Amino acid sequence: MSSNYEDRDRDRDFGFEREYDRTMPRGPRRMMRRKICRFCIEKVDLIDFKDVKLLSSYVPERGKILPRRISGVCAAHQRMLAEAIKRARNIALLPYAAD
Amino acid sequence: MAEKRTYEVIFIIDPDVAENEVMQLSEGVQKIITSQGGSITKTEMMGKRQLAYEINHKRNGTYVLLEVEGSGAEIAEVERRMRVNDQILRYMTIRVDEMRRRADKLKDRRARKAAKKPASGKAIKAVAQTEPEEEESVA
Repeated sequence: MSSNYEDRDRDRDFGFEREYDRTMPRGPRRMMRRKICRFCIEKVDLIDFKDVKLLSSYVPERGKILPRRISGVCAAHQRMLAEAIKRARNIALLPYAAD
Repeated sequence: MAEKRTYEVIFIIDPDVAENEVMQLSEGVQKIITSQGGSITKTEMMGKRQLAYEINHKRNGTYVLLEVEGSGAEIAEVERRMRVNDQILRYMTIRVDEMRRRADKLKDRRARKAAKKPASGKAIKAVAQTEPEEEESVA
């Protein structure tokens, strides 16, 4: 209860970037655009499992849940998202596995 | 069990069931709930839609969504009935009051934070450090 989840997440993100910088010089220089959580921007507090249109944008072709290292969703919202996707799968709104 | 809980009951009806029978079925479910002491706050016929995967060799299904308020006993009863009903392909119950309370809390917290200071990197960190003390004093 001591600190806000958004603050906690910010600290973690800093750690990730520092680690990434250390390994940077080795490979070819890749453009790293800072990704931001769109749920935080839109101030979403609840992700509904019935919102198939929204959820399917985080479920690629194969039916897996898009990892947040790609989507840029913050940890708290990724947890909500994952739960909503799993519920949608249970009720056949989303596939468990495609093809 | 005294406190009131809110649930979302969603179920899928066999696509081969006729439309008027779908209504009957959904009314039957609602009757079970009310007879057990629950109350229905919202009914939504989501209509026939394609299933993401086959259930009992069916590719379509009629979705019905109910919002129920009650103690939880009526949920147990209605789930028991749905399990034995062949016309209901699948059902799922989700407790939503706790989810909504959590969402309200987040909204609250954000409002308080926004009121304190306009967002800027350092300002946010400073607020985060002072926040725990303030919360304690409020409580």
